[in-house]
Amino acid sequence: MKITESEVRYVADLANLRLTDQEVLRMTAELSSVLEHMDKLNELDTAEVPPMAQVLYEAEETATLRPDREKPPLGAEAALANAPQAGAGHFKVPKVIER
Amino acid sequence: MDIASLTIDRIHEGLRRRAFSAAELAQAALAFAERENPRTNAYLHFAPERALAAAQRVDRQLAAGEPPGKLAGVPIAVKDVIVTQGLRTTCGSRLLANYVPPYDATAVERLEAAGGVMIGKANCDEFAMGSSNENSAFGPVRNPVAPDRVPGGSSGGSAAVVAQGTAVVSLGSDTGGSIRQPASFCGVVGVTPTYGRVSRYGLVAFASSLDHIGPFGRNVKDAATLLEVIAGRDERDATSAFAPVPDYTASLGESVRGMKIGLPKEYFTGLASETGDLMHAAVAQLEKLGCQVREISLPATGYAIACYYIICTAEASSNLARYDGVRYTYRSPGAQTLLDMYRQTRGEGFGAECKRRIMLGTYVLSAGYYDAYYLKAQKVRTLIARDFQNAFGEVDAIVAPVSPSPAFKIGEKIDDPLEMYLSDIYTITGDLAGIPCMSVPCGRTAEGLPVGMQILCNHFQEETMFKLAAAYESARGF
Repeated sequence: MKITESEVRYVADLANLRLTDQEVLRMTAELSSVLEHMDKLNELDTAEVPPMAQVLYEAEETATLRPDREKPPLGAEAALANAPQAGAGHFKVPKVIER
Repeated sequence: MDIASLTIDRIHEGLRRRAFSAAELAQAALAFAERENPRTNAYLHFAPERALAAAQRVDRQLAAGEPPGKLAGVPIAVKDVIVTQGLRTTCGSRLLANYVPPYDATAVERLEAAGGVMIGKANCDEFAMGSSNENSAFGPVRNPVAPDRVPGGSSGGSAAVVAQGTAVVSLGSDTGGSIRQPASFCGVVGVTPTYGRVSRYGLVAFASSLDHIGPFGRNVKDAATLLEVIAGRDERDATSAFAPVPDYTASLGESVRGMKIGLPKEYFTGLASETGDLMHAAVAQLEKLGCQVREISLPATGYAIACYYIICTAEASSNLARYDGVRYTYRSPGAQTLLDMYRQTRGEGFGAECKRRIMLGTYVLSAGYYDAYYLKAQKVRTLIARDFQNAFGEVDAIVAPVSPSPAFKIGEKIDDPLEMYLSDIYTITGDLAGIPCMSVPCGRTAEGLPVGMQILCNHFQEETMFKLAAAYESARGF
């Protein structure tokens, strides 16, 4: 299926991705050719086929819960070390609520 | 000391005979790697202090008469999508250029606990998205065998450092062929283990239902040894398997007489002629070893590319949503509002291929398209996995090409994303089914470009795979 320029802009908004006008043009052409290839899947009748969400293999049932042991946490300082802006033990972002 | 010809066995022999210490080896390997790097750009950064400390631990253990770990003193490179505490982990992205992780990946922890000496982080396509290593924000990697050509991707750096000999083994990651294809292009061994065999704790997520960590080596035994060390259940990765880890190196050298091998007919059309010739010669060699070779069919193969690029981009669009300027180093300086901050940070930070995949993934998951693309692809994935299950009812292993052609020229395919995606045809199926697969060198073209043979086995049958690969390796005669 071909994708239009306005659809590309709409999807970019959904993805929180700012694209330049040039990128939108290029993306429209590139995504269209990839999506056209993907239409090939419609050749297959999958009405009776269950979807595969994860890799499954024969294995014994095993408990996947781990013991609830106390462990030291990462700590605020280490967790914030890569923050572009931090303060008072928190990540800082531009103001979202006007008072 | 000729570092480029070292193997794990030779290192252990050298340490035992006191021909060199682990610290001397680490220093020599680092100096060699730093000297070679301008030619390939395979390392993004080095870890001299950490490497030396690890090597000195090994030397102290040896001096105290303690038994050395399986990787004692072995210089190792780690793909830069695998996190390392206190050591920059960029994922080949401008967004994470200054990211210094606060913890180690389980695989890194385990290889260092076994005496491994991590000397540096290997270049790769941005967030492991690509088949040529041209999508790194820090420049492409050059193939050490042919510098005007790509090393393959996305683990291009991890393959290149082993091929050039600056690391003895390395860690890569594979989502659609990112270990096997560069291994094939650079002429080394690359292994994608069973899904869940190696913990992904600390592997920066690209497509979680497809991501694997796996080893590179210059021979089958070295790669098998590294896998043995990093494999096994990890409570910090709920998808890691409980199945016990066998001694992979124990079965190497056993006869493969009578082993049933399937050649999927769908994988032998559209091959470059020299790749086809080398594959046929390799198959003839397997027959000489006593394997029973027969043609099989994996009928859904032609749908794998479409299926894969729907699923992996959908998962990528979710996984990469976290890079929004809040937690991970880069934030666009100009933005005034929160939404602008998200959008500008991501628009400026991600490279072209990441943006393309985020867009595709968001599109196939968006309202009105979910059933037509994502759900449809998941159903086709079932068909692809069933093909393999049917085949493994008849054969012990499948042998196939890794890539339709050998390493292409830098720049040759970068402007045509679909063309680049189509070259992944023979490797993505193994990831979709979650089965173990590997690339083992099977010769060179007249131009001297390496070609790899792919071996695929059923879930958790790594031993069979390694046994066959090792038998071929010792018989192939180069």
